[in-house]
Amino acid sequence: MSKSAKGSHHPLDDLLRTDRIPHIWCPGCGIGTAFSACLMAMKASGIDLERTAMVSGIGCSGRGAGYVKLDSYHTTHGRAIPFATGMKLARPELNVVVFSGDGDLFAIGGNHFIHAARRNVDLTVVCVNNLNYGMTGGQVAATTPSGSKTTTTPVGNPEAPFNLPLLAFASGATYVSRWTILHSRELTESIEEGLVKKGFSFIEVLAPCPVNYGRRNRQRPMDTLRAYQEKSIIMNDADPTRLQIDFDRAIILGKFVDTERPTCVESYDRTCRPPMEPADEEKAA
Amino acid sequence: MTKPAVLTGEHFMTGDEAAAEGALAAGCRFFAGYPITPATEVAERIAERMPQVGGTFIQMEDEIAAMAAVVGASCAGVKSMTATSGPGFSLMMENLGLAVCTETPCVLVNVQRAGPSTGLPTQGAQGDMMQARWGSHGHYDLIALAPASPQECFHLTIEAFNLSETYRVPVLVMTDEIIGHLSERVVIPPAKAIKTVSRPRAKGRKDRFLPYKPGPRGVAPMAAAGEGYRIHVTGLTHDERGYPVMTVEAQAEMMDRIMGKIRNNREDIIRTEAYRLDDADFVLVSYGVSARTSLAAVDEARELGIRAGLLRLVTPWPFPEEKIRALAGRVKGFVTVEINLGQMHLEVERCAGGRAPAYLVGHPGGTIIPPESVVDMLKRISGRT
Ligand SMILES: Cc1ncc(C[n+]2csc(CCOP(=O)(O)OP(=O)(O)O)c2C)c(N)n1
Ligand code: SF4
Ligand SMILES: [Mg+2]
Repeated sequence: MSKSAKGSHHPLDDLLRTDRIPHIWCPGCGIGTAFSACLMAMKASGIDLERTAMVSGIGCSGRGAGYVKLDSYHTTHGRAIPFATGMKLARPELNVVVFSGDGDLFAIGGNHFIHAARRNVDLTVVCVNNLNYGMTGGQVAATTPSGSKTTTTPVGNPEAPFNLPLLAFASGATYVSRWTILHSRELTESIEEGLVKKGFSFIEVLAPCPVNYGRRNRQRPMDTLRAYQEKSIIMNDADPTRLQIDFDRAIILGKFVDTERPTCVESYDRTCRPPMEPADEEKAA
Repeated sequence: MTKPAVLTGEHFMTGDEAAAEGALAAGCRFFAGYPITPATEVAERIAERMPQVGGTFIQMEDEIAAMAAVVGASCAGVKSMTATSGPGFSLMMENLGLAVCTETPCVLVNVQRAGPSTGLPTQGAQGDMMQARWGSHGHYDLIALAPASPQECFHLTIEAFNLSETYRVPVLVMTDEIIGHLSERVVIPPAKAIKTVSRPRAKGRKDRFLPYKPGPRGVAPMAAAGEGYRIHVTGLTHDERGYPVMTVEAQAEMMDRIMGKIRNNREDIIRTEAYRLDDADFVLVSYGVSARTSLAAVDEARELGIRAGLLRLVTPWPFPEEKIRALAGRVKGFVTVEINLGQMHLEVERCAGGRAPAYLVGHPGGTIIPPESVVDMLKRISGRT
């Protein structure tokens, strides 16, 4: 609770659908902190909130869109990004924020993620990475560390996880960062940067799922947060190929990519739209 | 230089191109697609034309994404469309369901080819008619139109947008490879002679707006993203506020609304065409390209003294149940003519209810049904062989 909270009023009340509280998130879950950071960033950024939409897929994290008091779209599993792409391209004046989970954005939705980054669609994508599918009871995800136990890897995950910032970088994202929910100030500032920046911004947020992931991997809620504190190293501009999450050695956080290139809409307008004739320009003016 | 959205005049164009022009004339300003034979020409035409009229075209990474983008664009207040064929139609089912559940208007053109699976990519069929009706999970109603010529691809695509916007429901334009690739004369009327409809818009106090409170005809006014209503839209079962409610009652209420707005307006939605039906003993029931075959068969049969007529389904869905029931009381038989092995035939049979026999002239796909096959059937069932 922030110091400014008085009585029952929460500083984010005007951005929350208070009539939908209590929310579904479990005690100790990290999604709420990531969500608050996202709302604080929206407020702080000064973007026009009347022209801002949040789009989520399906999952515990995907419930974000259901609690924000903005135009908000809770879509289908994995499809938040293509839905948001349609919305942004149809109405470029909208700010479109995608808030969803690791399974949603990188397993079922992985193809959409890389293509939206490649096109440089002007979206801000916040991914809550809790290393598993929380909503469906804790199955292995494309982000689950090798060896970790989940309900579908009962003796340990035989596969290797994605390095998400590397994937985002390689796909062409113009802004890439990673924080944990313990680093809420940096996280908020980073989302804010992503919001005001033109182009495809990707912010990975490490967040505990104590109920489904932690429990099966001998991590109590505090253990996960302690690991975030003890193992994390802030290294802005770190080489994206070295950002694999390693809970035994180091979790590198920071801002890794911050570049410029024309957005999807800018390129389309420049390449595909016929040049305006003077008469048309007068009409447009 | 910007170009007009309505290309008034006489043209020689394919069904695919005509569907693209119909969309632009209807006010469609967003198209997301993915190449697939025999629907690619719709996307190609729109890729060229859309930026000329101030709209946006995008080729997405697959049909799942294309349909998701169409629903997203429509939620932003822009009339939106995609076009595909069998394999892509299957991939679009997920977000077609999202459009049904969230009551988001959009148009999907399916230029049918023979399936299952990759089937005969370059050859026509009408095998997706039941998928059109039931392809996404859960129970729902939607609207499907079946053009029988390039000219109709133009007009019925406009009609598809108008119905979609009126009822906030996805509308399918179920054409096929034969019509899609057929070049014929297409007359495009002057822009002011084309009636276009836009969705009922949200009005009134923004903080009190209920995005799913039904208005006239059972259709709720719609707020687009960025209009200040701060709405919530979800594919979960939801109440009039748009909020998820996980109860049996909320499910019943929502289903009542999304089914009711179609069911209670059947008379306004359903379109059929009759040909020599008044004194007919035998009724051909057909749609799309097969209705053209059937038209020829009616005339040939009449010359042989068989009183045949045609009921053409301009809207296969919703199915004109009342019409079939009424005819069943007085005719000697129905013959459904379609390029599949019996899909709309099942509906005809159901509505005939045993009061008149229902026969099928079907084909597994790849070519049209020749009029002779239909005439042969008419001869057989009328005892003239
Ligand atoms: C097409 C489809 N497949 C499967 C599901 C079931 N499902 C719901 S949420 C989810 C995983 C969500 O994982 P993630 O995105 O990581 O979110 P979390 O719950 O961990 O926040 C799955 C598989 C679904 N809703 N839709
Ligand atoms: S299951 Fe995990 S991710 Fe989902 S709300 Fe509970 S703790 Fe959070
Ligand atoms: Mg997850």
